[in-house]
Amino acid sequence: MIDKQVSSPHEAITSIHDGATVMIGGFGEAGSPIELIHALVDHGVGNLTVISNNTGSGRVGLAALIANGQVRKMICSYPRSANSMVFPELFRAGKIELELVPQGTLAERIRAGGAGIPAFYTATSVGTQLAEGKESRTFDGREYVLEHGLRADFALVKAEKADRYGNLIYNKTAGNFGPIMCTAAETAIVQVREVVEVGEIDPECVVTPGIFVSRVVTVASPEQESALVAAGSVYP
Amino acid sequence: MSMTSRQVTGWTREEMAALVAADIPDGSYVNLGIGIPELVAQCVPAGVEIILQTENGLLGVGPEPAEGTADLELINAGKKPVTAIPGAAYFHHGDSFTMIRGGHIDICVLGAMQVSRRGDLANWSTGDPDAIPAVGGAMDLVAGVRKIFVITEHTTRKGEPKIVDECTYPLTGKRVVERIYTNLAVLEVTEEGLVVRKLAPGVTFGEVEEKTAAPLIDGQCNR
Repeated sequence: MIDKQVSSPHEAITSIHDGATVMIGGFGEAGSPIELIHALVDHGVGNLTVISNNTGSGRVGLAALIANGQVRKMICSYPRSANSMVFPELFRAGKIELELVPQGTLAERIRAGGAGIPAFYTATSVGTQLAEGKESRTFDGREYVLEHGLRADFALVKAEKADRYGNLIYNKTAGNFGPIMCTAAETAIVQVREVVEVGEIDPECVVTPGIFVSRVVTVASPEQESALVAAGSVYP
Repeated sequence: MSMTSRQVTGWTREEMAALVAADIPDGSYVNLGIGIPELVAQCVPAGVEIILQTENGLLGVGPEPAEGTADLELINAGKKPVTAIPGAAYFHHGDSFTMIRGGHIDICVLGAMQVSRRGDLANWSTGDPDAIPAVGGAMDLVAGVRKIFVITEHTTRKGEPKIVDECTYPLTGKRVVERIYTNLAVLEVTEEGLVVRKLAPGVTFGEVEEKTAAPLIDGQCNR
């Protein structure tokens, strides 16, 4: 019998090892799997490369993981936002590495990684600083730069509903990077508000088919990052 | 009082946004950048249907939610709560940037730090070594969307020209801007150079020239 459910966020992330590459879903707090991230803070492994659109806010969630010194390198498109101070401080002090990637190139690198495509050409960033040193080629008179697919050891993702096969549906704009990250990670770990019986999710509505998911954990009432930040919370 | 010290204000931001909205054809798919571009959504003329895309996964962005009804999982690219219109669609980042990079979005309206006379755009970094570099989706939008409109104050707060011969800030994209809507004028980037198409009420071509660091061609269509 297939049952991808595990009993706690801790059990879900306990195989994440030192030096792992971890994709973390979310666009700001929307879709950020905060309970899985907090379990990873408790787990304490370090030297991580994290691929995520932003770098978190306040001192909870992704910002807490960075503040705890567990992240060696961030690959992201927008590392500063309102209430983000942990990453900027460490970056200015030279204590964390940054690979800045245009958001669409980041998404396509993840999509390509998941689809077994090692590299691709894109017009994005041509003629800018972010294309410097990259191989380029002209197709039909237009210049493109070579970008590499991204894969990860783990993905941490938040979805709305799952079944025990790992089929997923998301909520509104909280899906964002989640579906493509599930495809590009060796082990995709997903927190969901609810697990339903197999067959309850209409096959026409499945966004992430279960083949891309390894572990599912129920977090019925996830913490809201902005509320924690507003309350001045610090994790742990 | 000399010409140079006369206070020239021109259009308000809302009037600039209305000018942009009037140039968006019915039925267009449009992505609006963060800041002044967001005002365009409120200026779409009655009877015109345009569909707004936000790169974090929504086609059919609606107005701001009524007080007390904000949903933190329904936001725009500026991470502000929005609503979804009837007929909206949600999707993941792979599909979102397929829309953007694959040339499916008709028009993108962006803010600018600098625009060059050839249509180069700088809007993501001042190049300050102490700043945290952050690019977001700007480079994808200018590379993939069919038409790029810029909406911006004509000069910086210090009065320095934002429309220049060559951008000194790091580029977002080369030769990407088609039209520039400022508080003083509407300009078009052409093979011949920057053409002034409209002047704000009470603003002269000479005054626009004075506040622009690139040669201008007088090609007004509202004389």
